Amino acid sequence: MSAETPSKLQKMINSGNFAVTSEVGPPRSADGAIIEHKAMMIKDYVDAINVTDNQTSVCRLCSLAACIRIKQMGLEPVLQMVTRDRNRIAMQSDILGAASFGINNILCLTGDHQHFGDHASCANVFDLDSTQLAMCVRMMRDEGKLLGGWEFEVRPQMFIGAAANPFAGPNVAMRVSRLAKKVAAGVQFIQTQCIYNMDTIKTFMKMMVDRGLHEKVAILAGITPMKNVGMAKYMQKRVPGIDVPEEVVKRIGGVPKENQAEEGITLAVEQIEELKEVEGIRGFHIMAIEWEEKVPEIVERIGLYPRPQLA
Amino acid sequence: MIKAIPKPIEEIIENVKDCDKLLIAGCDGCVTVCEAGGLKEAKILASALRLYFTQGGKQAQVDDTSLTRQCEKEYLAQLSDRIDQYDAVVSLACGCGVQYLAEMYDKKVIYPGVDTCFMGVNEERGLYSERCQACGRCILAETGGICPIARCSKRMLNGPCGGSDKGKCEVSKDVPCGWELIYERLKTVGQLDRFENPTVPKDWTTSRDGGPRKIVREDLRI
Repeated sequence: MSAETPSKLQKMINSGNFAVTSEVGPPRSADGAIIEHKAMMIKDYVDAINVTDNQTSVCRLCSLAACIRIKQMGLEPVLQMVTRDRNRIAMQSDILGAASFGINNILCLTGDHQHFGDHASCANVFDLDSTQLAMCVRMMRDEGKLLGGWEFEVRPQMFIGAAANPFAGPNVAMRVSRLAKKVAAGVQFIQTQCIYNMDTIKTFMKMMVDRGLHEKVAILAGITPMKNVGMAKYMQKRVPGIDVPEEVVKRIGGVPKENQAEEGITLAVEQIEELKEVEGIRGFHIMAIEWEEKVPEIVERIGLYPRPQLA
Repeated sequence: MIKAIPKPIEEIIENVKDCDKLLIAGCDGCVTVCEAGGLKEAKILASALRLYFTQGGKQAQVDDTSLTRQCEKEYLAQLSDRIDQYDAVVSLACGCGVQYLAEMYDKKVIYPGVDTCFMGVNEERGLYSERCQACGRCILAETGGICPIARCSKRMLNGPCGGSDKGKCEVSKDVPCGWELIYERLKTVGQLDRFENPTVPKDWTTSRDGGPRKIVREDLRI
């Protein structure tokens, strides 16, 4: 986590407090007011707000424009950027543009294959992958240089993040190695895939700690509350790379329908409380999918509200 | 080798339905091996087209042949004394052969009879799979002999992504995750240290991104 940037998220992590982030998914229209509305709901409860980049390959209002809007609301955006849709010229151009508005956090992702989305017949790009995008941002920030060699004065001050999925098993050791590769590429913080299998995340973190990797990168644990048993079953069966143990489905399904949402929130809160004790976990990334209004309640219940105000 | 599959006959008929004299030209190279466009397939297609014309009450001549390779002029020249008599030629060669035939006989209408798919291997008869995308700068030494450009759906050079599940690709449960294969192979051959070393952005100029490619081997040219 070497390079210091003006990122408020980085400051919170470095302060030793648990960091809290959440995300806003832009609309499938030109309605920017939706972004403001979602950001307003969570703004006092998080340190930074991720904006997804055409997640699940569904075309949406762009992450960069939404991040600028959030920045102009006086909040701290995390620009998610996938390498699926743009080549290195377009991505570096967007990074310079983001930095020109004072955006200081980027989450480097490869992105879901377009096969999942609403434009399955499109061409993909994948000029870079997520690791190479992180290398690219580091070069721009630390050397003031583009991949093409052009040198420039005003550098993007980006706190560099990436994703990790300990659950895309079965080989947890390979997932730790993959993360080590991202750290070597310059990644400073990680937001994990949604955690439901507590045994696997603990195994993963133990391996991270044994290798000392937890001191080189800040791990923010990804938490997505279940709205109902239908969602739990869908995540279990249909979403690649997500591991929902049977006991989670049973627990949510074991209460009356009208209480399932509450049970989902309680489960998320219990998970976070358990994860607070796991060495190397430096914060939480709460992805309440189309359920942003529940983020304040979760943050209050885990005792992380109000958010510390750092100088 | 290059792998291809026969085009649906309806698509071929749509192109040739107004022809009176037609030649079906197979190729004895790659498309023969994958049983998409050799002499056998040329004869089958010619028979099917004859049947189509007869059933429509039309007198049409459909001949068949196969050339040693349609990607070489000396073999294409085998058609020079008779190609003029045909209204069109349906080439069952790969895309290279179809184009080279059209280039050599530039006044003749040439239609493709197969869909050229990829460069791959014969896993079993009737089961072919991709192995190489001809990027022009081979990295197999670094990846345990398994190509992530051809075998990862996102051509990641630092995989695997977070979408693979139980060793399968997020795109299909029938596709093995290329990077899981690479990891296991590097482990087997004692080169796992390569896995954690980030691969820098690739220079794609030798791939299709550099424009149409050409090899000039001065050492071989006379």
